[in-house]
Amino acid sequence: MKYAFPLAAVIALVLFALLAVQIPGMQYLFGVVIPYLAMALFLGGFCYRVIHWGKSPVPFRIPTTCGQGYTLPWIKYDKLEAPVNTAQVVARMFLEIVLFRSLWRNTKATVYSGPKLTYESSKWLWLFGIMFHYSFLVIVIRHMRLFLEPVPWLVSFVEIGDSLLQIGAPLMYITDVTIVLALLFLLVRRLTNPQVRYISLINDYFPLFLILGIVITGILMRFFLRTDVDINAIKQLAIGLVTFSPTIVTEISSLFYAHLFLVCTLLAYFPFSKLMHMGGVFLSPTRNLANNSRMVRHINPWNPEIKPHSYAAYEDEFREDMVEQGIPVEKELPKQGE
Amino acid sequence: MYDSGKIIPGLIVFVLFITIPIWYNRGSAGAPPKIELPKDAKTCVLPAAEIRAKHMQLLNVWRDEVLRDGQRANIEIEGKQYPKSLMLTCMKCHTSKKQFCDPCHTYAAVKPYCWECHLAPVE
Repeated sequence: MKYAFPLAAVIALVLFALLAVQIPGMQYLFGVVIPYLAMALFLGGFCYRVIHWGKSPVPFRIPTTCGQGYTLPWIKYDKLEAPVNTAQVVARMFLEIVLFRSLWRNTKATVYSGPKLTYESSKWLWLFGIMFHYSFLVIVIRHMRLFLEPVPWLVSFVEIGDSLLQIGAPLMYITDVTIVLALLFLLVRRLTNPQVRYISLINDYFPLFLILGIVITGILMRFFLRTDVDINAIKQLAIGLVTFSPTIVTEISSLFYAHLFLVCTLLAYFPFSKLMHMGGVFLSPTRNLANNSRMVRHINPWNPEIKPHSYAAYEDEFREDMVEQGIPVEKELPKQGE
Repeated sequence: MYDSGKIIPGLIVFVLFITIPIWYNRGSAGAPPKIELPKDAKTCVLPAAEIRAKHMQLLNVWRDEVLRDGQRANIEIEGKQYPKSLMLTCMKCHTSKKQFCDPCHTYAAVKPYCWECHLAPVE
């Protein structure tokens, strides 16, 4: 079962953290040592992967164009789908990164009796994908209130916007709802769509379950199991971590350590998984190259240097041997004794 | 490495962005909040750990009961009667908003909307 193992792994991680922090002294391991290690792995691994990618040569233009390419000046071409210069590539990349434009083209293939194959636009993946990513971004920005002192206005502003509905106490966050909805959609899609299910692997399910675990433990801590979730003690720990003087001032609920442990797992796992599309989206040659193969000469960087060797130079080199063998030459040997 | 003129600056920006908390705080963790507890009162409406964790939920329930459902009956805890009221019960002992409420709320960037209807005590 490709989804059972990652689910069991995430549950095991939660249980491991919940049980391990019961042992005195383990709070320091889970609250300080593991977060530092995870962050080091995240940053180091991220840079390693990006530099590793940077070492791969991309000798030729391989953008995936999906519109009329530039041909003759009076034929209208698609500036976003077949960009020919840097400005158009930047516009294309911007829309891809900010609006997930390529997912907007997602289609669904269905076979009807007949047999008749139809393709229809399917925007659900785009909708829930973008919902997930922006919810996650807002959640990360919101969490900065635990790492920054004094809290900058941008963080407060995002938090006020996120809790604008003023439902319940503590105020419900809109992104908490949307991220759970989006994650559940992405999970259900993998499980129910036969084609997607067929190609889904353990490393597709694991991040979904892991992030779902992070979200669920976070929501539980904020709204339901608040006992011992002392936000000020947590902020002292968080801000201690980023000022390199970490302290754990009081007993904090083991649920917090489970949440933190899952986040650390995500950070450590990130550079070695498909989640690296965060950096990869900037480096994908099918997106970030201009479609200018017919305008600019692109030379393969590992081509050996071949010097031109004309016939005249060839004859100069071998003239004596050629004359000796009786091969006709264009320029005779210089006369002897002159 | 190819395109290092673009990739290396991009990576540097990324690392600087991720480590914003380090640059922003510049090694100073800031003072943890200190609150002034009432001197004469010994007990609260709930045990300390519980009231610390759930005071906002309690106030929200009180607000709904009193203002929306009209249930203004006092609550009785260990033989003592308490009105369900922020101003009459909580603020009776915790007289100072600035000394008691604000330090933790400011530290954790929590902005309770109590004071959009209630008038904060003049301090």
